[in-house]
Amino acid sequence: MMLGNVEFEMAWLAPEQWPRLPQHLVEWLVALCGLPEWLVSIAGWFTSAGVVVGVFMGLFALLSLIERKTLARVQNRYGPNRAGWFGILQPVADGIKMLTKEDIVPAKADWLLHLLGPVLIVIPSILALGVIPYGQDWVPVPLELGLVFFFAVGAMTEIAVFVAGWASGSKFPMLGAMRAISQMVSYELPLIISALAVVMMSGTLSLPEIVESQGGYTLGFLPQWNLFTPWGLSAGVVFFIACIAEANRCPFDLPEGESEIVAGHMTEYSGFKYALFFIGEYLGLFAISALGITLFLGGWQSPLPIFDFLPSWLWFFAKLAVVIFIFLWIRATFPRVRIDQLMRFAWLCLIPIALLSLPTAAIWHYANKANNDIVAWIATMPLVLIPWVVLTVLFNRRLSPATTRTYHFAE
Amino acid sequence: MISDPLLQQSSPVLEEGSDDDQLLRVSLGPQHPSTHGVFRMNVELDGETVVRLKPVFGYLHRNHEKIAEGQTYLSSMPFTDRLDYICPLTNNWAYAHAVEKLAGIEVPERAEYMRVITAELTRLINHTAFAGFFLGDMGAWGSALMYAFREREKILDLFEDLTGARMMSNFMRFGGCRNDLPDGWLERCRALVDNYEPFLDEMEMFLLGNEILIARTQDVGQLPKETLINGGITGPMLRAAGVAYDIRKVDPYGIYDRFDFKMPLGEKGDCYDRLMIRFLEMRESLKILKQAIKDIPEGDFIAPKAKIRGFKPPVGEAYGRIEGPKGELGFYLVSDGTPQPYRYRVRPPSFVNLTLLEEMCVGLDIADVVIILGSVDIVLGEVDR
Repeated sequence: MMLGNVEFEMAWLAPEQWPRLPQHLVEWLVALCGLPEWLVSIAGWFTSAGVVVGVFMGLFALLSLIERKTLARVQNRYGPNRAGWFGILQPVADGIKMLTKEDIVPAKADWLLHLLGPVLIVIPSILALGVIPYGQDWVPVPLELGLVFFFAVGAMTEIAVFVAGWASGSKFPMLGAMRAISQMVSYELPLIISALAVVMMSGTLSLPEIVESQGGYTLGFLPQWNLFTPWGLSAGVVFFIACIAEANRCPFDLPEGESEIVAGHMTEYSGFKYALFFIGEYLGLFAISALGITLFLGGWQSPLPIFDFLPSWLWFFAKLAVVIFIFLWIRATFPRVRIDQLMRFAWLCLIPIALLSLPTAAIWHYANKANNDIVAWIATMPLVLIPWVVLTVLFNRRLSPATTRTYHFAE
Repeated sequence: MISDPLLQQSSPVLEEGSDDDQLLRVSLGPQHPSTHGVFRMNVELDGETVVRLKPVFGYLHRNHEKIAEGQTYLSSMPFTDRLDYICPLTNNWAYAHAVEKLAGIEVPERAEYMRVITAELTRLINHTAFAGFFLGDMGAWGSALMYAFREREKILDLFEDLTGARMMSNFMRFGGCRNDLPDGWLERCRALVDNYEPFLDEMEMFLLGNEILIARTQDVGQLPKETLINGGITGPMLRAAGVAYDIRKVDPYGIYDRFDFKMPLGEKGDCYDRLMIRFLEMRESLKILKQAIKDIPEGDFIAPKAKIRGFKPPVGEAYGRIEGPKGELGFYLVSDGTPQPYRYRVRPPSFVNLTLLEEMCVGLDIADVVIILGSVDIVLGEVDR
């Protein structure tokens, strides 16, 4: 269809293309004004970025409500239900409260770094969200080295947390910052190593191609996601556990361990700077869950062939919702671990298993190449099961010397 | 370098260039999420390891003992609710017990049974809430606390019907209780006691097998028996270490010698044992409650000759002690024959149990300090008075 002198394609209105629609529209409008080609693409990029930020800010508001509701339900209470219908306006009320609060900078704080801390934590999270393939042909920034970019900007949040903790000029934030650094550095390793197994198998660092490589179904119904292979299961579980630590979620929320060090690096923040930490944390949670989905859960691929007609981005967000719910569930259920147990868990349990998933993936690859599924399963299952069993047993022994106690009764 | 005089007191040796210069001095509290009120610990940390710890209290000091010396015996009774505000009725009982000893008042049988029932319900409240707070200290986001408080609410409903108040319930009088049990109260109490066992099973299933809880609490904060005895520690904390000392058994007061119940004893005395002992004690409390509800006789709820107005005990002194949920709760009274006590002294279990905090915490992580403090089970209303 020609509107003006630029083509307007009706295909843009298909459900599959909805995430791209704003970008198409802006490009079309800019072209309609007769602006040069390079300006059209720049406008498209900005719209693309705007959609990512807008959608995830909206999801952030929604999640802050859903999290409180879920926690409340697990804890046998109602949760926010005063502001609006079912508390739907609670995020708005929270936002107004945060914006109108006084911004306090401690006298001993380095004001510039104190300001930079929360800003630095939000930016990498948004950047990381830019390389995720949300739909079949919708990647905001289709980078060849998407995975490397993701981990590079992801590592910046650690610096941000340390900056925030150090610049506050106070003791609890300092303790929180020290915890954050040691925790994040240790958990970055299993995270990256388990992602490396996926890279080995798909032979690419580009996230859209990793998703493409997980297409298709075994026996016509079992999706060929990485999670459904022995090495993928092993690496995926390690990745998920490391995710929880990277996202500072319970039971690894030591940097802000409320009952111990008040609020960790956020202790000296108030008002909107404090809100920025929350935004950064939730966006980081979205980003790391999205990466996990991309690497292990087949990204936007549908779980069953009969559902292929649904738009791909819908599947992506459905998976995101499930993963986020698991995060909330864990948070509502577990107590927190101690710092030495946390480090021991990373170095003695997660990293060996993550490392072992690399040779397992290689064996799987060559057995599969020989078109022998049964041999592949037989060869890889022991490699996965034995370390899991051995390490869990060993780890449990070290963790808790005696789990059974006897108590006697005196008259 | 240090401007806080309290911190200077806590570190007498501060030489230039010594290791002490490298320590991080943190004031945990009085406004800290998990110090159970306005308790403060001046902690010196090497990394995250505690090198020294000095408890500082008094932020909730209300002059309870001195105020009591200026007013009649009975008008101190409502103030005792505010000591350990989680379990007001055992405080009532301890004070009434001391005054009854001082004045030689006999308590009617029915009143004794009513006291036992309310005191054991109070013990249930305290230990259930303890499990919730303890998990909260461990970072479980109040999930356990909410389930604990659900059951606490049911007991508070009973207390509300009995005394008119949910939290600062005031029930005991010298020579008995303030009023008789309302109609149908015993049946409701019986139903609650019958339903409590499944709740305890549920809590134990959720909590005690949890890998993280075991890792956090086992072998944390244990002390030798001798140190505990020398420190005057009483209550579940002492029994968790395997010392058979329960005033209901060793110095029976009221009618506790009539009931069939046992004293659960731990072995190691670490935080896990302290939690476990409280769960076992709740089951023993349920046993006592069942017997008491079955056997309670008809009769007076207060001694008919007990004087409420113009009460003047004879000259003398008395120490009345009971096994409160947190340990030995005692009241020491000196009478000079006037309507006011000459001296009024509380022996609060929370306060005495806190004295060994530094011994338990040194060498451990700051995260352990929080759960050790939680395992001591303090209420600041009682510590500071």
